[in-house]
Amino acid sequence: MSPAELLVIDDLSVTYALPRGRRLMAVANVSFTVYRGETLGLVGESGCGKSTISRAIMQLPPPTGGSVIFEGRNLAKLDTATLRRARKRLHMIFQDPISSLNPRRKVGDIVAEPLAIAGIGGTEDRRRRVRAVLETVGLDPDQIMDRRPHEFSGGQCQRIAIARALVTEPQLVICDEPVSALDVSVRAQILNCLEDMKTRYGLTLLFISHDLAVVKNISDRVAVMYLGRLCELAPSARLYAAPLHPYTAALMAAIPVMDPDWSPSPSHLLAGELPSPMNPPSGCRFRTRCPRAAPLCAARAPEWQEAEAGHFVACHFPLVASDTISPARQS
Amino acid sequence: MSAFADDPGHETASAMAAPSPMQVRDRLGFRFWLPAVWIAIVVALATTANLLPLPSPIETDFAALSNWPDRTHWFGTDQLGRDILSRAIFGARISLTVGLLAPALGLGIGMLLGMAAGYFRGRVEAVIAAAMDAVMAFPGILVVLAVTAYVGASVPLLVIVLGVLTVPTFMRVARANTLVFAQHDFVLAARAMGATHWRVLSLEILPNVVIPMLIYALLVISRIIVVEGVLSFLGLSLPAPWPTWGNMIADGQVDLATLPYIPFIPAALMFLTVLSINLIGERLRARTDLRGSAL
Amino acid sequence: MTDAGPALLEVNNLTTHFHTPRGPLRAVDGVSFSLRRGQTLGIVGESGSGKSALARTIIGILSKRRTTTTGRIAFEGRDLLTLSEPDMRDIRGRDIAMVFQDPTSSLNPVKRIGVQITEVLARHLGLRGCAARSRATELLTSVGLSLPEERLHQYPHQLSGGMRQRVAIAIALACDPKLLIADEPTTSLDVTIQAQILDLLHRRQKAHDMAMILISHDLGVVAGYTDAVAVMYAGQVVEQASTRSLFRNCRMPYTAALMRSAPNLSDPPHTRLRAIAGRPPDMVLPPPGCRFGPRCDHATDICRNERPTLSASDAVGAHLYACWHPVASPGASA
Ligand SMILES: Nc1ncnc2c1ncn2[C@@H]1O[C@H](COP(=O)(O)OP(=O)(O)OP(=O)(O)O)[C@@H](O)[C@H]1O
Ligand SMILES: Nc1ncnc2c1ncn2[C@@H]1O[C@H](COP(=O)(O)OP(=O)(O)OP(=O)(O)O)[C@@H](O)[C@H]1O
Ligand code: SF4
Ligand code: SF4
Ligand SMILES: [Mg+2]
Ligand SMILES: [Mg+2]
Repeated sequence: MSPAELLVIDDLSVTYALPRGRRLMAVANVSFTVYRGETLGLVGESGCGKSTISRAIMQLPPPTGGSVIFEGRNLAKLDTATLRRARKRLHMIFQDPISSLNPRRKVGDIVAEPLAIAGIGGTEDRRRRVRAVLETVGLDPDQIMDRRPHEFSGGQCQRIAIARALVTEPQLVICDEPVSALDVSVRAQILNCLEDMKTRYGLTLLFISHDLAVVKNISDRVAVMYLGRLCELAPSARLYAAPLHPYTAALMAAIPVMDPDWSPSPSHLLAGELPSPMNPPSGCRFRTRCPRAAPLCAARAPEWQEAEAGHFVACHFPLVASDTISPARQS
Repeated sequence: MSAFADDPGHETASAMAAPSPMQVRDRLGFRFWLPAVWIAIVVALATTANLLPLPSPIETDFAALSNWPDRTHWFGTDQLGRDILSRAIFGARISLTVGLLAPALGLGIGMLLGMAAGYFRGRVEAVIAAAMDAVMAFPGILVVLAVTAYVGASVPLLVIVLGVLTVPTFMRVARANTLVFAQHDFVLAARAMGATHWRVLSLEILPNVVIPMLIYALLVISRIIVVEGVLSFLGLSLPAPWPTWGNMIADGQVDLATLPYIPFIPAALMFLTVLSINLIGERLRARTDLRGSAL
Repeated sequence: MTDAGPALLEVNNLTTHFHTPRGPLRAVDGVSFSLRRGQTLGIVGESGSGKSALARTIIGILSKRRTTTTGRIAFEGRDLLTLSEPDMRDIRGRDIAMVFQDPTSSLNPVKRIGVQITEVLARHLGLRGCAARSRATELLTSVGLSLPEERLHQYPHQLSGGMRQRVAIAIALACDPKLLIADEPTTSLDVTIQAQILDLLHRRQKAHDMAMILISHDLGVVAGYTDAVAVMYAGQVVEQASTRSLFRNCRMPYTAALMRSAPNLSDPPHTRLRAIAGRPPDMVLPPPGCRFGPRCDHATDICRNERPTLSASDAVGAHLYACWHPVASPGASA
């Protein structure tokens, strides 16, 4: 493992038990690497397993297969105490800022909690650190430390959550849809804040979102998932300019445009039968809805290959630059 | 509801904070304060009963048998010439002791079990639920009857039996609340920071669960006071001559036609007290009910 | 907007105050609009501008003790504000349905999905047993949920965020409402499913002539799926126009700032976003003049002292805005 690799996900699988003894494989054999200092965007269909991956990285619950190697150590192999110590170097920010802060605790205590859990510093030292971090995320510590989260707006709560995630100066912050619940203008503030924090603390981010414009704005590289598997991974400018995987192309085609003359026609929709995550299609998982599907796609799962330098894709018939148009429109 | 407009310029600092559901609360109003004052009086009298210049509640004054309320005996005397005011105040002690301690016991055990069930789910929940079903299947009154017949009535016994009988309901309320809060991301966040289960339960979940639990406990208290009344009416609480509201009513009912004030006074006290506790509980619940107010 | 046809919903000078210890909080302050069958009104605006409060006032689920509502909400000619609670309960869910902003808290965490759907079917349509189950399965399929039968047995926490949201949409559509109020129905969905859901709503709308109020933060969604848009700021509608006119020719500086702050797909990664500086005003003590004044680049003295009223820019009277110094957007100068 090279020093540039902060987090290596190798062959990660997560299986949930369903009632009546059935099992659902929410994430299947996913591998990717997050390099120090970068922002990796993760997008994909709702329910494809993005949150499951982020929870698996945090070992909550631990993955059922594969490994999560963080700073060279396999988190699944660590004993409870060592894992607890490792947690202060890796944090999470959630989608719903209100729900991620305990309504009955004071903001000062909430932000100090990671320090308290990790046993860092005394009361005074903690207070000082909390004040410093609140200031850097753009909040006035004097005004807010003794108040409770419900007294703040969603955007302010999200800043508090960011402060909490940064107070132990972690290496990696996993952001699971951190701005989905915020309106456009607050979203811009929070994204700018995250960018600033990234430079200031030298953070690495794993950034999950549905808003492709947001992901493009913040990420260096973007990974696309479908039904528990990775489809494509590329530097963001490249991915948006020339997607290779038909599902990525479908995503791009569905981005709503801020233009009243753009009329959403049903041809933008992905047709075809929804696959069952419990019983995924053979071969390529996207084949039931893919306009390019051929018999080979059902027979054999496509390999994860590097189509161009740094641009990975899993597809038997990747699009070439000339036909990066909505797959639905071709049929 | 017009009472709020009175301090308009108050606290400009909070301009930065969007007021949110929980911050918004109306004043408690007389429907809270009137009952609260009543409860305060009853509690104060009951706790200081020994110090008050009252005639003994068990001593018989043969000069004043069955006196209607007058100057010397404000609430009158009963058939044995005992001062009803004094008996009512001393009787309140038993009612309140049992009414407070039994739910406290039930609350303590029920909350512990309920939080464990709601947080860990799975096997822990199944075992606890089964245990609660067993308790519920117990014929409570019969247990009291059997035990008092065997060892005689006493306050600790009553507290333990009634307390255990309230455990299942407390457990359910605690479990339901825990289920709701355990789904919040702040629990996941705490786990992600490395908090132990114990820390999550005590710091993150308990503060959220305890308030609805205490309010619910008020309703249980009022129910237990009634139950204790019924039990002592049936002679299953404290043995005579010590007064409880229940046995005072029982003693009085014999001469209901001629001396109606004897059972009426303890009955009225019990009614007012139970009503007051219920009113306070209702009011507090309406105020802290996040679901009802949350946008 | 001036086409023929009686209005299904007519909101007139609607005001909702929350009682707070500091005084009344004007969450909705003098809002008027009308909506015909089959039409969609989009509502956009910053967090806390009163969009959800407006929606909740219309559907009548705000506590009467904690809020004061004045004005008129005429639904099919009946004033909803004067209806009794039982009458209102009848309308809710059947004639007017709502998809709540936060699907996690609008679903009951301790009841299975199937139970939550069939409850609604039983209450309003009298469907029970097998009929209800198959209708529930159908609904879940229509919102694009895989394994619908399996989902009926699951609890909300076993679904992903987007799946919960789709369950909430399925419940809202269960009784074919005449008016659907969708409070940010697609925020936790990816774009393909978002397109699918919006398309489903659109088709339902066509098939049943359903009217819709679509609250959204996503200006792209609003541009694509609404007929008219109302922009809210601090409880008031500050600009209201047909969708086309609003996006082509917005007049209010706030609307313009809102549009500018969204990340643009054509910009390269790490482009600094143009957030609107400052915060929305305290809605207990709003500033006397224009409420956007403290954050507005164009503000002058008159803005600080006198409140601009919502008025029309042209003779047709279709494009309303409240501003002393309206901006002329590039399209308008032509
Ligand atoms: N606790 C659980 N028990 C059973 N199944 C689960 C559980 N949590 C998630 N799942 C299933 O795992 C799959 C992936 O869920 P996940 O939450 O990871 O999706 P996601 O990509 O984050 O979606 P979204 O974008 O909607 O948040 C879904 O099919 C979901 O139903
Ligand atoms: N129950 C309540 N009691 C008092 N004030 C409230 C209550 N709910 C909301 N408010 C306040 O009313 C205003 C409008 O809130 P509302 O939820 O309608 O905003 P919104 O436009 O829907 O915002 P968002 O985009 O974040 O959903 C806010 O200032 C909010 O703080
Ligand atoms: S492998 Fe085949 S089915 Fe899968 S995305 Fe490529 S072309 Fe489509
Ligand atoms: S009225 Fe003045 S302050 Fe308000 S939006 Fe217009 S220019 Fe800005
Ligand atoms: Mg998710
Ligand atoms: Mg809202």
